[in-house]
Amino acid sequence: MFFHPEEIMETIQMINTEKLDIRTVTMGINLRDCCHPNIEVFNQNIYSKITYFAKKLVETTNKIENMYGIPIINKRISVTPISLIAESCESNNLVSTAITMDKAAAEVGVDFIGGFSALVHKGITPGDMKLIQSIPEALSTTEKVCSSINVATTKAGINMDAVALMGDIIKQTALLSKDKQGIGCAKLVVFANAPEDNPFMAGAFHGIGEEDCVINVGVSGPGVVNSAVQGLDEPTIDEIAEEIKKTAFKITRMGEMVGRKVSKELNVSFGVVDLSLAPTPEIGDSVAAIIESMGIEQCGAHGTTAALALLNDAVKKGGAMASSSIGGLSGAFIPVSEDAGMIKAVESGALNIEKLEAMTSVCSVGLDMIAIPGNTPSSTISAIIADEMAIGVINKKTTAVRLIPAPGKDVGDTVEFGGLLGRAPVIKLSSLKAGNFIKKGGRIPAPLQALNN
Amino acid sequence: MTSNRYVITVIGTDKVGIVASITKVMADFNVNIIDISQTIMEDIFTMTMFAENINDDFDLLAFQKKMNYEGERLGVEVKVQNEDVFKYMHRI
Repeated sequence: MFFHPEEIMETIQMINTEKLDIRTVTMGINLRDCCHPNIEVFNQNIYSKITYFAKKLVETTNKIENMYGIPIINKRISVTPISLIAESCESNNLVSTAITMDKAAAEVGVDFIGGFSALVHKGITPGDMKLIQSIPEALSTTEKVCSSINVATTKAGINMDAVALMGDIIKQTALLSKDKQGIGCAKLVVFANAPEDNPFMAGAFHGIGEEDCVINVGVSGPGVVNSAVQGLDEPTIDEIAEEIKKTAFKITRMGEMVGRKVSKELNVSFGVVDLSLAPTPEIGDSVAAIIESMGIEQCGAHGTTAALALLNDAVKKGGAMASSSIGGLSGAFIPVSEDAGMIKAVESGALNIEKLEAMTSVCSVGLDMIAIPGNTPSSTISAIIADEMAIGVINKKTTAVRLIPAPGKDVGDTVEFGGLLGRAPVIKLSSLKAGNFIKKGGRIPAPLQALNN
Repeated sequence: MTSNRYVITVIGTDKVGIVASITKVMADFNVNIIDISQTIMEDIFTMTMFAENINDDFDLLAFQKKMNYEGERLGVEVKVQNEDVFKYMHRI
């Protein structure tokens, strides 16, 4: 089989100048066989299992990266939600488990390990509570551990007790990592309808319906999509959708190939390829820029939600045609601090929290990597979570909240995280109170699955 | 099964000896050229080669390193990629 030089150059250009990459190869590991009443034995069990299965993950991934000349940015691990397997531990504090996960991740050389998680969409067990209460200390004493809490599903409704609790936990996590501008909160996400095979952080965990060990791959490429859209000559909207679909198809094919090669080499099953347009702070790797290439003056202007809906849908369609193993989040991400165009839009006043919330109703994930004033009451954070969960639950989609109440910072300040996490201008919130709503607790009932008008 | 065939691309400013130097490294590593095409677009030298090595003991990493080293010496960018990446992306 031979290739046309133009095809070869198209691929090379995608990688060299449009920053196409495999954002992550994430190994999902089941830890259900690690339970033990003694937390020290339990920790030893999970350390042994993680380091045994992921021993060759980084080496193998590097080999595949060289063979195909495609950058693989992150190598990660996701594990069974710790709350499930630590439920029987005779210990009220799970910080030592997070430290163990951190050590195991460092030992095998991965960038992040996700799964310090709990699924509490209908109710909170004592084990879930132990885990949630351990989050602030766990995230401020570890480097690589990521935590996610699922507080709502379309089938169960929204657990408002958990929503209220998470507002407090986010505040505490920010305070405990205040010497690093609240970075602990960048590793904590609150979900509605969390996917069980998502390879992206901070929300990755190894779902309970998964097998013992799988490889999931996350592909990214906002730059590739943007340059494809820009390459069109006076396009109609249909032509833009078509072009995004074709580009998404090609990127997904590459992601699936890498996932299958890595899993074959490691002799574990291939799980899913998650095609998500995940921006980075680098110029040319922005989701906001794609929206602007479609004819919106700046991200946040009227029309942004429609443009994002088109983008998200076309990406999914291209991906679903390219692979039968599409999973995870698969869509466009809008993490403010990680997208140069979004940062600029917030700084210039074009993009505010209300517009971001509207955008989350048509795209993947949700209110992501947004710095808010450090003195925001925890009930306000809970209210933002409740709004976002409602969007997910009613629209039968995943939504998430990853807010950083930056200690000592206020509107007009900027929080610098550096690296892939970027920098976040502190965004203005409503000063009106929702405390009386949040403290009621209870559960918002699941929505009707009929009468969808 | 992973293919034994590689796509080699050389991109940079044209000068004397690029093809000779690059193909010398390929010969040293017993890499056989199946197809070769070369153009110069606006003074940019672009060469794409389709090549293979069927030996079991082929050291891809060492070959890539030597090719990159040769590319740097000549002031051009050299990439050696397994053909599968192009196959998956451009063929169904």
